Amino acid sequence: MIKTIKYYLKSYLFLELLKGLSVTGGYFFKKKFTIQYPEEKTPLSPRFRGLHALRRYANGEERCIACKLCEAVCPALAITIESEQREDGTRRTTKYDIDLFKCIYCGFCEEACPVDSIVETNVFEYHFENRGENIMNKQKLLEIGDRYEAQLSADKSADAPYR
Amino acid sequence: MNETVTDSITITINGKEIQTRPGQMLIDVADDNNISIPRFCYHKKLSVAANCRMCLVEVEKAPKPMPACATQVNDGMVIKTKSTNVVAAQKSVMEFLLINHPLDCPVCDQGGECELQDVAMGFGGDVSQYTESKRVVCDKNIGPLIATDLTRCILCTRCVRFGEEIAGLPELGATGRGESTQIGTYIEKSVTSELSGNIIDLCPVGALTAKPSRFTSRPWELIQHATVAAHDCVGSNLYVHTRNQQVMRVVPRDNEQINEAWISDRDRFSYTSVNSDNRLLTPKVRENGKLKDIDWESAINLAVEKLQAAANQKGDLAGLISPQCTLEEHYLFQKLVRGLGSNNIDHRLKQVDFSAQNDVPAMPWLGRSIESLESLDSALLVAGDLRTEQPILNHRIRKAVINNNAAVASISSVSGQYNYDCVEDIAGSAEQILYDLASVVVAVANKTKTDLPAELTGIVEKVTAKKEHNAIAAALIKGEQSAVIVGVQAISHPQYALVMQLVEAIASMSQSSLGYLSDSANTAGACLAGSLPNRVAAGINAEESGQNSAEILSANHKVLMLMGIDPMIDISNGSSVKAAADNNDFIIAINSFENEFANEAADLILPLATFLESSGTFVNVEGFWQPFKGCAAAAGESRQGWKILTALSQVLLPADNNDYADSVAVRNELKQQCRELKLDNFVAIKAIKNKLPTRPRALQKISGMPIYAVDAMVRNSDSLQATVNMKNASCVRVNSAQAEKSGLTGAEQVHIKQGEGTAILPMAIDENIPAGCVWIPSGLKQVEQLTTLFGSVEVEKVS
Repeated sequence: MIKTIKYYLKSYLFLELLKGLSVTGGYFFKKKFTIQYPEEKTPLSPRFRGLHALRRYANGEERCIACKLCEAVCPALAITIESEQREDGTRRTTKYDIDLFKCIYCGFCEEACPVDSIVETNVFEYHFENRGENIMNKQKLLEIGDRYEAQLSADKSADAPYR
Repeated sequence: MNETVTDSITITINGKEIQTRPGQMLIDVADDNNISIPRFCYHKKLSVAANCRMCLVEVEKAPKPMPACATQVNDGMVIKTKSTNVVAAQKSVMEFLLINHPLDCPVCDQGGECELQDVAMGFGGDVSQYTESKRVVCDKNIGPLIATDLTRCILCTRCVRFGEEIAGLPELGATGRGESTQIGTYIEKSVTSELSGNIIDLCPVGALTAKPSRFTSRPWELIQHATVAAHDCVGSNLYVHTRNQQVMRVVPRDNEQINEAWISDRDRFSYTSVNSDNRLLTPKVRENGKLKDIDWESAINLAVEKLQAAANQKGDLAGLISPQCTLEEHYLFQKLVRGLGSNNIDHRLKQVDFSAQNDVPAMPWLGRSIESLESLDSALLVAGDLRTEQPILNHRIRKAVINNNAAVASISSVSGQYNYDCVEDIAGSAEQILYDLASVVVAVANKTKTDLPAELTGIVEKVTAKKEHNAIAAALIKGEQSAVIVGVQAISHPQYALVMQLVEAIASMSQSSLGYLSDSANTAGACLAGSLPNRVAAGINAEESGQNSAEILSANHKVLMLMGIDPMIDISNGSSVKAAADNNDFIIAINSFENEFANEAADLILPLATFLESSGTFVNVEGFWQPFKGCAAAAGESRQGWKILTALSQVLLPADNNDYADSVAVRNELKQQCRELKLDNFVAIKAIKNKLPTRPRALQKISGMPIYAVDAMVRNSDSLQATVNMKNASCVRVNSAQAEKSGLTGAEQVHIKQGEGTAILPMAIDENIPAGCVWIPSGLKQVEQLTTLFGSVEVEKVS
């Protein structure tokens, strides 16, 4: 009997509807989490793995020494390196290609690099319009590195304590 | 006290009982039983230095760990290689070795194949207690073949011991003490040994690496192919390392029967020519006097058309083929030319005297195994310079001299060629060599109290044996294992038949083995395959003899085929080659590299793959058939020789069963034919020109191929051409007395005139050149006008 009365009260007083609305209403006045992409960006970890770059030392010398460890570790075989002895006797690459279609952005190349040369920037907004643009060559990679050097060195130092 | 000598003792390593012979080193026993002990300074082919201390093991009852490389096994020895003590010792030694070794493996060329890296991973600790600064050593420039990075050196002294014990040239040494010990050349100079490249393999770290391939590849990228060396008649076994189907480097493949663990620099670095600018990449045809690229189909069609027109008309077709070509190429080449009705085939490009061609052995054969050379008691080396011509054989003979105290004598055009002491070292002109050989014949006959056969008595009647000839004869007779070895320079001797007759007499009377060395990787194969005008495959005499190489050059033909030859340089008779360009209506040149003759005279040029890019077989001087497979992709549009020849034969001779699927099918066909072949160097040669020549009064030319001029591949290798050896070999050499007599003192350059040919070369004084002679290199572009390798020359100072 009491059970039936409770049921009718609940039904006719819209108690559950109001309960639900109170949650909705609560969020209506709460701080918003929605990000207005692309005007707004989510924060990125210094370990974010985006577009690749080759870095230089402060004196402008390229860091890469053609040790080929990134090429060896790459699980997708996306990296192709050719090397030779440069005129000054140092070991340098003559070709450093990354196929971004093959790349799975695992970050192993970055882990393997003994001189922090190949890195992954936090750039993830890029596209290709023509066939072949997916192959990043040494020159392009160095240019990306030059452009994002400030960010890259900040990211590296932010992550340094954990290594 | 009577010591019992037992043949077998029992030792225990890590609890495992092992039967072994006494006197062996512990590390050898462990290696034989697959027990690994880390080491740096120990190498099975070098003496024991025991300076790296990496192979320390624990021997029961010994108070301290013992180095396994310098500890002899004794009966009942109990050894532990993995005990706590040993592990601690290894860890400490490793830490000690790494004190001064830079830890920048990523920039090091040895990274990935470094013994130090591997052993540090397996036996080293992870932290070093050493914090002071590391030693730095200046790099030395030791030539265009070997790069030095001496900061990385761990002073194992393998390279030093190699120089002293194997190469016979102590060029590298350790100076200084303790931390300031350095490996170097004492004075700034290049390493010149013909085997120097082996120190690259010996170096356990990246202190000595190969300069031509420096920094170009990592060992994990390389694919290893087994093949055979193509620049001397030894047939050293090689591993070719390729990346993306390109040859990156060449290293030795161990074969105790042939090259042990070594290869010559020529075999190691000749690969650098594979992608040289001089490489022929497309078929070319001459149209209106100019060469034009064409496709293969039209090239083959044109060749077929011209060959068809020359078929079955005696003397209209001739073929010259390089003895460096593979056995299969030789067989198909002669099958094609013979199928078209001509016997004018030859591979003997440097031979002058063909008079005994029907009597000579089936192929140039060493007469004994290469391995047995090191157990010789005495040897006579005739008309050759083994050190530059067959460096690996020279090393075996050097071993005989050093370990066996063998009495080795040399009768050649130059003295002082060898890196060991010769009991007699006689040098002279081509004529003088004959006189010396005749004197040795007399000496041997006197000592053995043998009556000379009638045909020899006439030759040697006026010859007397001197002290040196008697010494040679005595050594050969006394030696239980003795050999007479005829070198490459004999082949171009104007009286080759007489040389052969004399050495045969010496060898048979003194009970020595008789060996003939040949000038190229596959001269033996060429003879077996029938690339001879008078013999078909398997050394069987042809029904009708064709023209030999000299006759081919001077006769008229409709079509002349040249395979693998740079005629102006490979055939040492420049003027007759010039004539050949006019004597032949149509010249087909099948070559790997561009050459001047083909560019000027050939009507059709077909690009040929080198031995690194082709499958085939080389037959070495011991008679080993060594098949190999192609290692790299053929450059440009070049094709394997057996494919080119098969393509021609299939159209031209459809009835002859020329549908070979691969080169193995060709080899098998020839092998069937050679089953009955027996090798014997004692064939009783009787020279037709059986008179000793009159001793000439004029200045005589003596000559040989410089070490890096023997074939087109070597000549196109930039790194080999840049060596000091090659620079020195490109000089005219004469002794100081003769220089004064001929008015050449102080000359930097000399003008040479031989017959109608002339040449200008730099000059150097060399006291090893005999009086009355001048040494002029062959096989160089500068001397292509000169005619034979021997004979009278005029030399004048260029002012």
